Amino acid sequence: MAAVTEDVKLTDELTRFIGEWQGKPGNLIMILHKVQEEYGYIPRPVAIQISKELDVPLAKMYGVITFYHFFKLKKPGKNKISVCLGTACYLKGGEDLINELENLLGVGVNTVTEDGLFSVEAVRCVGCCGLAPVLTVNGEVYGKLKKAQLPEIIAKYRNN
Amino acid sequence: MSEKMLNIKINGTPVTVPEGTTILDAAKTVNIQIPTLCYHPDLPAWAACGICVVKLENSPKMLRACSTAVTEGMSVITHDPEIVSVRRTVIELTLSTHPNDCLQCPRNQNCELQKLAADFGIREMPFEYNVRKLPQDDSTTSLILNPEKCVKCGRCVHVCQDIQNVWALEFLGRGDITRIAAAGDVSLAESPCIKCGQCSAHCPVGAIYEKDETGKVWEALRNPDIHCVVQIAPAVRVALGEAFGLEPGAIVTNKAYAALRRLGFDAIFDTNFGADLTIMEEGSELIERLKNKPAELPLITSCCPAWVDYLEKYYPDLIPYFSTAKSPQAMVGALSKTYYAQKKGLDPKKIIMVSIMPCTAKKWEIVRSESMFSSGVQDIDISITTRELSRMIKSAGIEFLALPEEGADDPLGIYTGAGTIFGATGGVMEAALRTAYAILTEKELPKLELEDVRGMDGVKEASINVAGKDLKVAIAHQMGNVQKVMDQLREAKEKGAAMPYHFIEVMACRGGCIGGGGQPYGATDEIRKKRLAGIYKDDEKSAIRCSHKNPAVQKLYADYLEKPLSHKSHELLHTHYTPRPLYQK
Repeated sequence: MAAVTEDVKLTDELTRFIGEWQGKPGNLIMILHKVQEEYGYIPRPVAIQISKELDVPLAKMYGVITFYHFFKLKKPGKNKISVCLGTACYLKGGEDLINELENLLGVGVNTVTEDGLFSVEAVRCVGCCGLAPVLTVNGEVYGKLKKAQLPEIIAKYRNN
Repeated sequence: MSEKMLNIKINGTPVTVPEGTTILDAAKTVNIQIPTLCYHPDLPAWAACGICVVKLENSPKMLRACSTAVTEGMSVITHDPEIVSVRRTVIELTLSTHPNDCLQCPRNQNCELQKLAADFGIREMPFEYNVRKLPQDDSTTSLILNPEKCVKCGRCVHVCQDIQNVWALEFLGRGDITRIAAAGDVSLAESPCIKCGQCSAHCPVGAIYEKDETGKVWEALRNPDIHCVVQIAPAVRVALGEAFGLEPGAIVTNKAYAALRRLGFDAIFDTNFGADLTIMEEGSELIERLKNKPAELPLITSCCPAWVDYLEKYYPDLIPYFSTAKSPQAMVGALSKTYYAQKKGLDPKKIIMVSIMPCTAKKWEIVRSESMFSSGVQDIDISITTRELSRMIKSAGIEFLALPEEGADDPLGIYTGAGTIFGATGGVMEAALRTAYAILTEKELPKLELEDVRGMDGVKEASINVAGKDLKVAIAHQMGNVQKVMDQLREAKEKGAAMPYHFIEVMACRGGCIGGGGQPYGATDEIRKKRLAGIYKDDEKSAIRCSHKNPAVQKLYADYLEKPLSHKSHELLHTHYTPRPLYQK
């Protein structure tokens, strides 16, 4: 129950944002987006706070959060690796990249490495099919990838 | 306002129904039963399952009968080979993701999915069998949540959110990974759940059900060193018969006593005795506050454990208004191990007290605070629901309908009509007013039946003139209706304004305990009304209809408790409440 009673302060930016959207239709989704932007995921204590502020039952919030793949309930790794599995990348071996990452990092999709440094997720089309197969690390794009290049990329972020 | 009537045809038969009627309800008026799974008359149609599809003449499109309102001139076809084939496919798809361990399922033989499979003669499984492994939640004292069996009909979610306003349950995920879970994916015990069990009463399959404790009862009954005593709640007597083919509302009190005796209980008590006693204590509290402590008004009833749980979680600021009187169940429990034990010369440690309740929250009440151990040991050891009792009777091979009519045992078995109406919404209020009026005016109410406090309206208000003073009362049942009343109190309290009522009764379930979460399956308003009628009939045929005239209660005070609100009464028959803010829902 620790997570439920833990008192996590909302950031000032978030408090301001909630105030701006208070009472407006569609505010829950907008605010959840903002929360994820601020924390990288939706921490439970924050969800509880927002539930109070907006007078939206926590059950409903979790219904919405889990309905959309975009929202995360688990804290992502320091470095977020997103492997594209859109049609072009899929055909060019996107899945091989995921398998290789699993070999290298020891974690599969939607999991965080024990040291908290990396998390891997599969995404649909990053928007640069010409570079397939593609992955991004913290938004930085790596294209026309071969499995053999992955250790180097990981090492770059690991030592950062 | 006159309703606009619409003329339609169902399978060629002309039908006239009011505007807004669904195809499903219109078909019922001409005795056509369209099969349903997710639909429940208590709830808004959600159109989740797709079994109720029908066609319109000259249109290939299929419509869901549960959620489609009729329009003028509509010509509906409710079954043809294509429709039956589609419905069959829906059932087969549902079965392909549903565990098939029907023999061990708590809903075996009263499962709505099983019935559909039987009616449609499903013999083969054309689709790949794919049941997801999901953990079972048995964190509460009362309910088991088995999401593997969930058919995603949405009934529990809607009853928990829309009807009860509790918001303990919600779907998580989407598509084929959708699952039912407690709010925010915690355990049910850590969620806002108040254990009312309405989810279990509405679930069509075995995904949510009462925690079965009949094994513990059998264990106690077979132990020769244990003196087993039992009590049966007001609402059980008008619903238990349904499990044996009787009409809802049939009064089976004396057969139930006989059945319990044959199961092996050493003494049969009646919770209605406790109800009469609750009136003496709670009524005295009301009189005390009216006379000497007007700042502590309104008095709010506390017999309903789901309501107690809700109040402690969401209205802890209103705890001072709560009656400290224990529920009838808890009073009989405490007295069975003190007053009765002493009379009989029994060691309370060697007594097992079992309660038969219409309620799943009563399983929580018996351990909710240290005041439930007022006899020095746990006052009530096991609380089972009406459904569990009916299974015990069946498994013992007792021919219920052939049983003789028998009585309960002294000293906790005698009750008045006021005790029995505790099972109905408005019943506690009516019983309390009968006694409070008599004590305050030293006269009987001119008419004992207080029609204003009866009936199925969500919030009922009444004003009764007692000794020249208008006593303003309110009654709310079905948890979702309670907020309106409580918010009024909170507002008045914060503003320091006059309170709108003197006395408030709350019951968590629709219709009161007769519609409890532990009652036989299939309750609808039609059935609830029949059970209510049974309760009031039991009152009418009672020779004594006011709690203060119960001779056994009078004797209890004379021999043991001295008077209502005495020191001893406080020790055994009163409790206190603890704010337990969880999180705002």
